[in-house]
Amino acid sequence: MENILSWITANQQIIYIVILMIFVGIEVIGRVPSVLHTPLMSGANAIHGVVIIGAIIVMGKAESDNYLALVLGFIAVIVGTLNVVGGFVVTDRMLEMFKKKKK
Amino acid sequence: MELNVLTLCYLIGSVTFILGLKMLSNPATARKGNLIAAAGMIIAILGTIFLYEEGGQKLGNYAWIFGGIAIGTVIGFLSAKKVKMTAMPEMVSMFNGMGGACAMLISIVEFNHLVHGYPASELPVGTVLIILLGLIIGSVSFAGSMIAWGKLNGKVKDFSFTGQHIFNIILLLVIVGLAVYLIGWPSDNATIIFYAILALSLLYGVFFVFPIGGADMPVVISLLNSFTGVAAACGGFLYDNKVMLTGGILVGAAGTLLTILMCKAMNRSLANVLIGSFGGGSKTGPAGDKEQGSYKEISLSDTAVVMSYASKVYIVPGYGLAVAQAQHACHELEKLLEAKGVDVKYAIHPVAGRMPGHMNVLLAEADVPYEKLLEMEQANDEFPSTDVVLILGANDVVNPAAKTDPSSPIYGMPILDVELAKNVIVNKRSMKPGYAGIENDLFFQPKTSMLFGDAKKVLQDLIAEIKNL
Repeated sequence: MENILSWITANQQIIYIVILMIFVGIEVIGRVPSVLHTPLMSGANAIHGVVIIGAIIVMGKAESDNYLALVLGFIAVIVGTLNVVGGFVVTDRMLEMFKKKKK
Repeated sequence: MELNVLTLCYLIGSVTFILGLKMLSNPATARKGNLIAAAGMIIAILGTIFLYEEGGQKLGNYAWIFGGIAIGTVIGFLSAKKVKMTAMPEMVSMFNGMGGACAMLISIVEFNHLVHGYPASELPVGTVLIILLGLIIGSVSFAGSMIAWGKLNGKVKDFSFTGQHIFNIILLLVIVGLAVYLIGWPSDNATIIFYAILALSLLYGVFFVFPIGGADMPVVISLLNSFTGVAAACGGFLYDNKVMLTGGILVGAAGTLLTILMCKAMNRSLANVLIGSFGGGSKTGPAGDKEQGSYKEISLSDTAVVMSYASKVYIVPGYGLAVAQAQHACHELEKLLEAKGVDVKYAIHPVAGRMPGHMNVLLAEADVPYEKLLEMEQANDEFPSTDVVLILGANDVVNPAAKTDPSSPIYGMPILDVELAKNVIVNKRSMKPGYAGIENDLFFQPKTSMLFGDAKKVLQDLIAEIKNL
């Protein structure tokens, strides 16, 4: 019990963020029309590409003789960038077409 | 001081993500929202590269970092620009898998750091837990997305065996059990157990998606999308990085809700999708045993006459239209008929095609005006006064079994009531059943006529035929 309490105390900031973000995430897209489901999913897909920051940190910290970290970190940076760049570009292409029909 | 600027970068990043998602859920602001989130992402990434410090030590290996980003950008940009509209869904799945793979790789590297930094018995429990969570969720998302990608582009077939759900549950329990063991009783075998968990998680991702039918892939991709969000958030925990945490949890929560909304649009529950009533097993259900009735074909010239002299025509587009890339021909037909005084509109089922909104995107590409696209409810009110309904490569969304046959796997899904119209003309390539793998009684009804052929070719021939009248 004490362990759990001290863990919560030590990480309370993060726990607050997690709880609030869950509500924000649900609230923010609550009333999306079904036409936008696909672009929204694609946009959210691009946003979780933020995982690339972790990859950059891994890569940047890797010692020059730690080949595992270097190689895996390098691949992680590539695939993370793919997620970010591809995600945003695909979403933009989808939405470009929505814009056209509004004319 | 520099660290504070980085905090500011992350703050901007987090806010743009929330704003971006908010704007993405409104058609008028969606495109701007996407760009705003992208801008925030760039700020967060550049901030990390140049300002991140750990123990007073800046990041190194710039050549590697920029090399990786350059390669990723070029491949990502080109493939996203080049991909055909019809292949968008699988592209999203692919990129989602990449994000999962990224989270997985981070966990592998960090675990190795940890094992080398501590004696086996003193591994910090909290950190190991987060690393394992990131590993498991990331690799399930990666493997699952790759299978979903393969299914959507037809490289992977539906596959299931009896007891697969039980097998999946056991697999999941083994993964959790190993993870608990690794955390609770750390030993010198930690590395071996870690890689066993990795392998089993990948396997689980594969078997998780395998039995789910192709028509349900959008829902699965959306679910895996929220998984990757959570995996990214694990990275945020690990590095105490607020932007990863907010971005990841945000996508995790929004993605989960979006998944549920998508299921609702099909009037099915998430559990129903995951347990997979569209899977291979249901094909031998009662609906399949029914004797095939007889259908009648209609010639192109007859179709041309019927459509030209109708006063109200509805076009129901489906996946067949997308496959044939017939949206431009379709728009041309619509203009031609309009010029003859026919009232032409499109009836869009919310899940027509492979993803919600698929048809809207496709028809918008061909410059079909927005007002011409009617949603299901509006269209259903109009069908009784409609002379001709032309169905282009749609099947399950017009299957009356969804209303009449409780044993049908699509029972309960709202459909377009095209049988209320005076005439129904169905363009399909063959009599083969649609994605749900079930027969469609509509095709055997007396009002229905079949017009076989590739949607694009049929439409072009039809246009020529109408011009010759």
